[in-house]
Amino acid sequence: MQELIQQLINGLSLGSIYALIALGYTMVYGIIQLINFAHGDVYMVGAYVGYFCMARAHLGFFTSLVIAMLVCTVLGVVIERVAYKPLRNSTRIAVLITAIGVSLLLEYGMMFFVGPEVRAYPPMPGFMEASYNIGGVIIRAQQLLIIGISLILMIGLQYIVRRTKVGKAMRAVSQDADAARLMGINVDNTISLTFALGSALAGAAGVLVGVYYNSIDPLMGILPGLKAFVAAVLGGIGLIPGALIGGYVIGAVETLVAGYGFSMYKDAVVFAILIAVLMVKPTGLLGKNVREKV
Amino acid sequence: MFEIRDLNVHFGGIHALKGISMTVDAGEIVTLIGANGAGKTTTLRTASGLKKPTSGTIVVDGRDITAASPQERVKLGLCQVPEGRRVFPQMTVQENLEMGAYQRKDKANLASDFDDVFGRFPVLKERRKQTAGTLSGGEQQMLAMGRALMSRPRILLLDEPSMGLAPLLVAEIFDIIKQINEAGTTVLLVEQNANMALRIADRAYVMETGSIVLEGPASELLDTEDIKRAYLGG
Repeated sequence: MQELIQQLINGLSLGSIYALIALGYTMVYGIIQLINFAHGDVYMVGAYVGYFCMARAHLGFFTSLVIAMLVCTVLGVVIERVAYKPLRNSTRIAVLITAIGVSLLLEYGMMFFVGPEVRAYPPMPGFMEASYNIGGVIIRAQQLLIIGISLILMIGLQYIVRRTKVGKAMRAVSQDADAARLMGINVDNTISLTFALGSALAGAAGVLVGVYYNSIDPLMGILPGLKAFVAAVLGGIGLIPGALIGGYVIGAVETLVAGYGFSMYKDAVVFAILIAVLMVKPTGLLGKNVREKV
Repeated sequence: MFEIRDLNVHFGGIHALKGISMTVDAGEIVTLIGANGAGKTTTLRTASGLKKPTSGTIVVDGRDITAASPQERVKLGLCQVPEGRRVFPQMTVQENLEMGAYQRKDKANLASDFDDVFGRFPVLKERRKQTAGTLSGGEQQMLAMGRALMSRPRILLLDEPSMGLAPLLVAEIFDIIKQINEAGTTVLLVEQNANMALRIADRAYVMETGSIVLEGPASELLDTEDIKRAYLGG
């Protein structure tokens, strides 16, 4: 029992990170029906920005986190404007292939600039090293920080999407882009905003994963990116609450599988979930079958 | 105040609008009638900027807006209620109306405009917290119209407001269109229900396969033998 609770707490912090990345996938899918495969690499860039801020510029953790988010915001918007916007009226497969191209460009571009070696994340400030023993379950301050920051960002996102004018415009565009145009909503800017928000969250996730695993490399975005994609599909792609649920489920499953001695299979289990979802309920946990109403 | 001059629109190889011209004067209800596929919806979509014309000009208040984006046209007072209502299904009635007011800068007047729309469509007030997808067809039509009114349009472009509605509801919707017009909004109404449209319109244009084949005062067209035979079922 104690072991189970311990693993679930570990899963909660890993799941927070997956949820942050999955949100970006799902928001972009919701608005332009694109699986943005470059998203995992935006998160890798975030991890590197955080690394250089802390290790080279000796900035504090929170400052570095904010800078990583800002850089990724800009990166996300640039990717959208340069790579995807010109293809707005092309087939979906053309945009998908472009996304894979952008992904490779970021991975090997980063490798060109910083080298392929794995780097250790700089040591964290002392307060993050503390740990608490509650009835035999060990909770590290670092985990609390990851969960706390993720929750704050998710609440912030919910606020933007539910309450603000631009957030409502995002939902309007994702539900009916032409009708949104007729209301005077600038659809292109709204799409850029969606990429900006999703990329900012990915940037934060990159820094948090650096803290969590303590190591980064230019290809680190591939596997977590795919897992976050699985999380988004599991919850119901295009649905923000679905990405949150999916992220936490995937995080919990992965740590449980690893915790009970099957580390070798932890990735395989995640992808088995994807296959199972696609076979049993392709719309995901929260997804409904949308039928066209004539 | 609104004018289309020699408009040509192509979809790939298909010549959908073949040099049509029309005018709508301030305060009028002008209707564009014709069979399915004649090009009525294309005309409206081009007017609101969703479709780019191959040639021709669209003018509002003497200003050429042919190259303007849809949102610039909304700013100039042109607002379209699209065919099939196209409300935002997962947003509440209230949020749908807020989207109509997206470009408005005069926040002070918004509250009274909400009251105005709720006064015109009381059912929307009752259902303001409900998502739009759960409304009936007639209620969705009212929401689509209310949403457009929230932009304070000077010219309202209506595309088939009667589509799929029960006759009693159609009569109600047309009454409301008449009232909106009397309150000072110019209306361009596209309809297949020519009979109803001609009864509330001042003038009418008749379209056939991409061209305007007839135009005149609505009351005259209502009595024209050709129109009766082709569109009014008798």
